[in-house]
Amino acid sequence: MTVANQADLAKHETTEGTRRDFLYVATGAVGAVAVAGIAWPLINQLNPDASTLALATIEYDVSAVEEGQTVTIKWRGLPVFVRHRTAAEIEEARAVPLGDLKDPETDEQRTREGHEQWLIMVANCTHLGCVPTGEAGDFDGWFCPCHGSHYDTAGRIRKGPAPKNLVVPPYEFVSDALVQIG
Amino acid sequence: MSEHTTYQPTNGVEKWLDDRLPVVRFAKEHLMDFPTPKNLNYWWTFGAILAVMLVVQIVTGIVLAMHYSPHVSLAFDSVEHIRRDVNGGRIIQGVHAVGASMFFAAVYIHIGRNLYFGSYKAPREILYIIGVLIFVLMMATAFMGYVLPWGQMSFWAATVITNIFSAIPVLGDPVLQLLRGGFSVDNATLNRFFSLHYLLPFVIAALVALHIWALHVPGNNNPIGVEVKSSRDTVSFHPYYTMKDLFAIVVFFIPFAWFVFFAPDILGHPDNYVMANSQVTPAHIVPEWYFLPFYAILRAIDFNILFIDSKLGGVIFFGGSIVVLFFLPWLDRSPVRSGSFRPMFKWFYWIFIANFVLLAYLGAAPAEGIYVILAKISTAYYFAYFLIILPLLSRIETPLPLPVSISDSVLGKAHS
Amino acid sequence: MNIKKSIIAAALLALSMAVPAAAQEGGHATPEIQKRTWTFSGIFGTYDEHQLQRGFQVFREVCAGCHSARLLAFRNLAEPGGPGFSEAQVKALAAEYTIADPSAENGERPGVAADRWPSPFASEQEARDANGGSLPPDLSVMAKARGTTQPFPWWILNYFTAYQEGGPDYIHALLNGYHEPPEGVEIPEGKYYNEYFPGHAIGMAPPLADGSVTYEEGENGSVPQTLEQYSTDVSAFLMWMADPHMASRKETGFRVIMFLLLFAGLMWATKNRLWRGVEH
Repeated sequence: MTVANQADLAKHETTEGTRRDFLYVATGAVGAVAVAGIAWPLINQLNPDASTLALATIEYDVSAVEEGQTVTIKWRGLPVFVRHRTAAEIEEARAVPLGDLKDPETDEQRTREGHEQWLIMVANCTHLGCVPTGEAGDFDGWFCPCHGSHYDTAGRIRKGPAPKNLVVPPYEFVSDALVQIG
Repeated sequence: MSEHTTYQPTNGVEKWLDDRLPVVRFAKEHLMDFPTPKNLNYWWTFGAILAVMLVVQIVTGIVLAMHYSPHVSLAFDSVEHIRRDVNGGRIIQGVHAVGASMFFAAVYIHIGRNLYFGSYKAPREILYIIGVLIFVLMMATAFMGYVLPWGQMSFWAATVITNIFSAIPVLGDPVLQLLRGGFSVDNATLNRFFSLHYLLPFVIAALVALHIWALHVPGNNNPIGVEVKSSRDTVSFHPYYTMKDLFAIVVFFIPFAWFVFFAPDILGHPDNYVMANSQVTPAHIVPEWYFLPFYAILRAIDFNILFIDSKLGGVIFFGGSIVVLFFLPWLDRSPVRSGSFRPMFKWFYWIFIANFVLLAYLGAAPAEGIYVILAKISTAYYFAYFLIILPLLSRIETPLPLPVSISDSVLGKAHS
Repeated sequence: MNIKKSIIAAALLALSMAVPAAAQEGGHATPEIQKRTWTFSGIFGTYDEHQLQRGFQVFREVCAGCHSARLLAFRNLAEPGGPGFSEAQVKALAAEYTIADPSAENGERPGVAADRWPSPFASEQEARDANGGSLPPDLSVMAKARGTTQPFPWWILNYFTAYQEGGPDYIHALLNGYHEPPEGVEIPEGKYYNEYFPGHAIGMAPPLADGSVTYEEGENGSVPQTLEQYSTDVSAFLMWMADPHMASRKETGFRVIMFLLLFAGLMWATKNRLWRGVEH
């Protein structure tokens, strides 16, 4: 090993020891800050960019959707059902005992007060993601042709392999006609 | 490779690994214990600076490639998308673009160091040649990278430089079409440039590994050019040179940061913010600054030489200006390495440096007036330096007496 | 060392004496464009929110009639470091514009904040037809697509002052550069003489004049409503449109360089401490 000779090292060991260590520790700490400061932006660039985040929230005017009609819109790249339910569908959904449900949720939990006729759900079957067919299946709701899941008039799973009800995204009605999703 | 380390695995896991793939031993021998001359000055830090710059460019480049689209109708806007919308994109893109310039600034200083201190001389000829190859690949990588934003300069630089190949007699036009993938620079060209721009830095990285291997066989050159005679001449690479190199790297990052954060477009050209348009040529087509000296040489040959027309002549001199570098170890035969002990050589060397700067200036100047004759004189000196002056100097120069050893020279300095 | 210094000094002196004739081309020299002081000049420069608002008004009422700005999104107007509109204002502004959208009814719908500024023309050909064959260029990065040049050795100073305002300097000069052509200079039909436009014959009619735009009273109302003011404000706005993150970039840069100076100082001390026992 070729280093400074032993006599020099011995001289350093004594009083200068702690000062030298402090310098090395301080330099090392500043170096660690530099590494973190460089690493973070390189990782953060993987996060959704501003143009994607701008479409994270959308507004949709529901006034064009007639009673008994379902419209499919796009939100965060996903298909979303917006259904204007009839009174009969709402009643049917509310009459179902919770014990019958694989994923128990009341109809009230899946809609907004004052806007119960509106059912807004992500149109991906919770089994493996196919888009279910509307006004089909044994429960007057949706039927997924891929593996045979049946959803009711509140979009809840009633029969078939899907584990959960169709996902209700965060939404609120900013006015009677305008719903903000996401 | 000789054993310089007294590495002993300290625990069972280390011994297990050492018996199967001695990476820790290798790192210790080559990156920590390696005996390095103790008199290296700061010009020697640019090797480490270059290694760091290669890593910076590769990392920022891979990140940019996650957001860039190499199609002619999307490329320009995708770069703007990176600058505007991608988190931290403005800075990452700025680091990559400015980083290319910093990379070349460092490589020119590194080459300048080699030329002055005779680092290309025996037994380091292969080390040097690998270095010149790295330089050539850097130029190819930078050229293709500049095309990717698909601005006016990107497009027209690609057009002008690929046109060089049409100067080849007989095969010129078919080769040109093969390279471009079409009748003109277009989508096919852009896509293949993107692919190759991603590939070449890894080829450079492999060459850098060979470069360091070739260095570690004879060991580093040093400012007095006298080879290491004993362990009194050296210190271990770590911590002496790891910390010195790290200091140099941090200092190097200061002008780098200045450009990235305060003047990110000053090294570029405003015309590259205009989308590529094959129907309109910019008023002045100028390459990036690091290509200017070679561009000046290319343009300087505006006359026919015997049966060689000026276009082909320009291409030959342009290529020749790089090829001549490969032969340097055999052109300069002086037994003395370091310019510090070669008084006549020093004059010509510094004129060469000034001349190279002048060539860069001329590369950006319009090809008219006094610049035309100046470019010819500068080009002549560039080639004369390698082909006439250095060989002659080897024979007629009387060098100054060399110190006996590195430690003697260092002690001499300490006591003077 | 002395040899080196004297050679380099001589070379530089010789270069500076050979003042480039590059600026003088043919008969009509394009005069040198004066560097102006902008609020965003220099390493501590930032945009003036009110100036950007006025500039946006000029852009919207005058320029956007012919020029597209495809990289500007409505939401950018509410982002920090810009004109400082609120989310509600941006939403209302976007809704005033019609965006082509194949998935919408009739293929179009009112804009939302996430949309980009719509082009005033449906196609390049339509733009040319409406502008005497000339295509009004997109303005998104115009402030970076233009610049000014200084003769050697003055451009070296730019590296130390971090001069990046060549674009707005040029745009301001251009907008104020419409004059009667000098003696003997013929301008073709449909073009206009401009002192700073390369070739002097520009297809754009003078877009601004005193009183073209009415700035509202209030914080924005205390500035003169002149060509000089409009051109300054819109140049600043175009610079923001080209470089919306400039303020945070400079702020981060200051911190980074301070940090690097500290780090370099510590590394210097570390290196010296390590090397103390070694003759070198």
